[in-house]
Amino acid sequence: MKLSFELNGKPATLEIEQRESLAEVLRGRCRLTGVKISCEAQVCGSCTVLVDGLPVSACTLLAYEVRGKRVTTIEGLAEESGRLHPLQQAFLDHFSFQCGYCTPGMILAAKALLDDNSVATDAEIVAHMNGNLCRCTGYLPILKAIRQAANEMRDEK
Amino acid sequence: MTTLSRFEIHQPASALEASQMLAHYGEDAGFYAGGTELLLAMKHSALNYRHLIDLKVVPGLNSIDVRNGFLEIGATSTHRSIERSALVEQHQPAMAEMESQVANVRVRATGTLGGNLCFAEPHSDPATLLLVLGGTVKIESAAGAREIPVGDLIAGAYASTLQAGEILTKITIPCAKPTHRSAYMKFQIHERPTLGLGLWLETPDDGRTFTSARVAVGCVCPFPARGLNAEKLLTGSCTEVEKRLPEATDAIADAADLLDDHEGSAEYKRHLIHVFLRRVFRKAIGEALD
Ligand SMILES: Cc1cc2nc3c(=O)[nH]c(=O)nc-3n(C[C@H](O)[C@H](O)[C@H](O)COP(=O)(O)OP(=O)(O)OC[C@H]3O[C@@H](n4cnc5c(N)ncnc54)[C@H](O)[C@@H]3O)c2cc1C
Ligand code: FES
Ligand code: FES
Repeated sequence: MKLSFELNGKPATLEIEQRESLAEVLRGRCRLTGVKISCEAQVCGSCTVLVDGLPVSACTLLAYEVRGKRVTTIEGLAEESGRLHPLQQAFLDHFSFQCGYCTPGMILAAKALLDDNSVATDAEIVAHMNGNLCRCTGYLPILKAIRQAANEMRDEK
Repeated sequence: MTTLSRFEIHQPASALEASQMLAHYGEDAGFYAGGTELLLAMKHSALNYRHLIDLKVVPGLNSIDVRNGFLEIGATSTHRSIERSALVEQHQPAMAEMESQVANVRVRATGTLGGNLCFAEPHSDPATLLLVLGGTVKIESAAGAREIPVGDLIAGAYASTLQAGEILTKITIPCAKPTHRSAYMKFQIHERPTLGLGLWLETPDDGRTFTSARVAVGCVCPFPARGLNAEKLLTGSCTEVEKRLPEATDAIADAADLLDDHEGSAEYKRHLIHVFLRRVFRKAIGEALD
């Protein structure tokens, strides 16, 4: 089938098979390898991307589902100038990753939350992020980074 | 990355057409909503469909309305849309709160309430709560429509009573009234809940006495079960009911077919029911939890 959607702010049209997952299309056809694959069962969140601003598991969502929609991957976050998104910068500032495998998914999941609720409490952040697993950091640096980014994103508004 | 076997997706214009499509393709076809269970089962070749009939494109199947004192939720409404619906929050807050705790944000953004009920996964939160809220489901097919209690939809673990070609189109729940108290709580340490407990009470005098009660347990057994004998013990004065909670625990546990599995032994699950019945009762009557 022909799939037309918006990918990181630019229109995209691809020829795909209906059985392809969004992760297969993004990684294999679009070469956006920031979409990481791990559990393939919607449990870990490493494959998180945003569709119309909502976090989804690219490992399991069919690419068919993004017809006419907006898809955001980690590659679409920094500005053209190279200036990082406040969440990316905050993850660096707080050493919120070690191996980095979970990081694209963490940042995108957090972006969905903060775009919707820039005054999220710690409890709200934890509840929202509890489907994104990290095997390295112990989560506290991730929470701190999201808190910092929330403050900055509020100030920028 | 796992690649699925080839299939073709069909886009019906109505529930009736979806039902006809299923009849046309027969065993080779399945209904497809959020795909959160279906695609997982297909990845593991537990299901092998060559034709998926996409129910999400059927107009109106994801609406949420209130009519004559009943909340009507279209089957393809996602967990997220129910969690965020102002109507659900206003008319059945226990439902909105339960939905906000299903799975994780990604599954809630795509998984539907209809898909959850039809798949009859033993660890479903909505089914258990709907049993005590008095939820019913509307089922449609080329042969006509019928409405049945949620309890009659679920036949066992991963088994619904739907006949080939039948579609769940709507979930109907009586709106909460000022004399109602209800709550749902779950206990979860793995990907899916270990225990779910729903309680509904009717009180004419602001929580001093309970004239009617419904309680149901899920996840600890192959399918959610009402504790009918426990319900009698949960009526009477508030102090009496509190005293009878241990007895009610046993009645609930006896009504459910408690499983020994990777979530724990049957004995452990009985203990969980004991702890959570007290908590869910206090939550329902608006007391702080310890
Ligand atoms: C990681 C993970 C964690 C989860 N945790 C929880 C949890 O904590 N609590 C909980 O309750 N659930 C949980 N779930 C289950 C989740 O709620 C369901 O996966 C989801 O709601 C199913 O809906 P769907 O639209 O994706 O169904 P699909 O996968 O599209 O369909 C499921 C089945 O139902 C059939 N079907 C779908 N819609 C209809 C319809 N309208 N009429 C007739 N047949 C239909 C399909 O043919 C298929 O057989 C979890 C799932 C995952 C993957
Ligand atoms: S790889 Fe998609 S959720 Fe784990
Ligand atoms: S940084 Fe390694 S998994 Fe999170």
